[in-house]
Amino acid sequence: MAALVEKAMSGERQALNRRLSHGGFDRAFRWASLASALIVLLVLAGIIASMIVGGWPAFREAGLFGFVTGSTWDINNDVYGAWPAIAGTLATALIALVIGVPISLGIAIFLTQLAPRWLKGPVASAVELLAAVPSIIYGMWGLFVFAPLVAAYLQTPLNRVVEGIPIVGTVLYSRVPSGTGIMTAGIILAIMIIPFVASITRDMLDQIPSVLRESAYGIGCTTWEVVRHVLVPQAGVSIIGAIMLGLGRALGETMAVTFVVGNANRLTALFDPGSTIASRIANEFNEALGLQLHALIALGCILFLVTFSVLIVARLLIARVKVH
Amino acid sequence: MTSTLQASSTSTAPATVPWGRVRPGRRLADRLLKGACIAVTALGVFVLGWILAMLVVRGVSALSPRIVTAATPGPGSEGGGLANAMAGSLILTLLGILVATPIGVMAGTYLAEYGKRSRLAEVVRFINDILLSAPSILIGLFVYTVMVMPMGQYSGWAGAVALAIIATPVIVRTTEDMLRLVPNGLREAGAALGAPPSKVITTITWRAARSGMMTGILLATARIAGETAPLLFTALNNQFWFSGDLMGGVANLPVTIYQFALSPYANWQELAWAGALIITTAILLLSVVARFVIKKDIAR
Repeated sequence: MAALVEKAMSGERQALNRRLSHGGFDRAFRWASLASALIVLLVLAGIIASMIVGGWPAFREAGLFGFVTGSTWDINNDVYGAWPAIAGTLATALIALVIGVPISLGIAIFLTQLAPRWLKGPVASAVELLAAVPSIIYGMWGLFVFAPLVAAYLQTPLNRVVEGIPIVGTVLYSRVPSGTGIMTAGIILAIMIIPFVASITRDMLDQIPSVLRESAYGIGCTTWEVVRHVLVPQAGVSIIGAIMLGLGRALGETMAVTFVVGNANRLTALFDPGSTIASRIANEFNEALGLQLHALIALGCILFLVTFSVLIVARLLIARVKVH
Repeated sequence: MTSTLQASSTSTAPATVPWGRVRPGRRLADRLLKGACIAVTALGVFVLGWILAMLVVRGVSALSPRIVTAATPGPGSEGGGLANAMAGSLILTLLGILVATPIGVMAGTYLAEYGKRSRLAEVVRFINDILLSAPSILIGLFVYTVMVMPMGQYSGWAGAVALAIIATPVIVRTTEDMLRLVPNGLREAGAALGAPPSKVITTITWRAARSGMMTGILLATARIAGETAPLLFTALNNQFWFSGDLMGGVANLPVTIYQFALSPYANWQELAWAGALIITTAILLLSVVARFVIKKDIAR
């Protein structure tokens, strides 16, 4: 017994000695981890600073308001207005949400409420694989497979119907039924945000205590009523957060959109070629000089402001739920 | 689980067992919801299958041995392969992960072991979550303004840095999540033996969370391997073999696929499809392996 205590004591002494000699490493380790954490903050600060500094000449040239609302993008005369790109970004993201959100929610409800156990795993992994596919692949699929289908089965018949009708005709008529355009880009974006929105929504629905669901079923509710009166009120806020995460992705997505949006410097109609902020930057950046370069970075600055505000709200909504 | 089963068995009950006093409207709404959910899930799986099938069909027919032996062809010249682009992509991705791993692991360690609920840690955690879903094109623009513009030329270094910035948040997040799963008893046991925090972290918590952290690094690799937009402004591309010099443009697969797919040359388009198949296969394999690693860990 005494020997044991003696041994333990000596071990403690040794550990104490080692701790003292390792104090330097311990402190260095702590500082290294703190420094790495600060790098994360530094990157964000760097992005903000570089966007503002890089875009400043373009903002100064046209004025902040003038740059945002200007509708000409004329490289030869150095006149740059961001509005067509901003409107294109908002339009494609909106289409993506309108199409993608119901599908994502449907998949999430299927996975959590309806799917038999043997189907759950495979379908969930398939949806997650969809998220891992690089965006350039969606672009190629969109341009070479999907766009011809849009041209043949959507634009051409639609053109025949809406031609000459005021307003509806202006919005839906496509002058060049090539398949590329705002609408096609929106549909591709919808496909790309589905895995994100669906998997986050699924996690949120899974977190709801099953007692709540079971008691609703117990009083004779149908699945629809359980979804409508139990799941949606319980997970509503975080589902909105998930949707906004999807929106953030749709706003900033570059390569897939660049392939299918048509890259026209104007926004005329839903099915006509247009451009988004990201596609404009990707398309022109490598040949840009002087003020055009600054105008493109200024576009990036606007994209930064929009996507980061959306993402901040999304994270706040999701985090607020997790606390409870 | 049981409740779902019961509910679905009521809804699919045979005609002899009537719905009782369920109003037809309620029944209709329920059937519509179920039908719609099944339909959209089938649609999602169908689209995935369609995209992969197209990749395989058009990619496999473009595959040939010279893809891995020959460099990318010039405009209008026949044949050629993707070997230089694949080598360049491998180098850029590896460099990016080599930079991102220590920073990501250390930052994640700070959040889980030191910062915890402090204000600084909360801010870093929030910013990291935002960067996790930030558009990659903005990262490309950022690296362009801080590295390419001052150096006066596109460079592989800038490409690697851009990829590292995209990979870091993924590693930070998974590292922190995995470290937090380690039971506190292990840390306390280490501390009770007199080990300083750094010793506890490096020899106990990191070791316990090893495979989860590995998964994070693999997922980060999968994430940056297919990134195109940030490379467009940083590493750009070229047609030549990697010369050991990371200054100047470096050939890489994603930008090559982008440029070749939109080109008018038939052999370039063929190569783009082959490249798309190769890169997608590599990324899907990486994500599957990553998931396998984490599954094994949980089972243990």
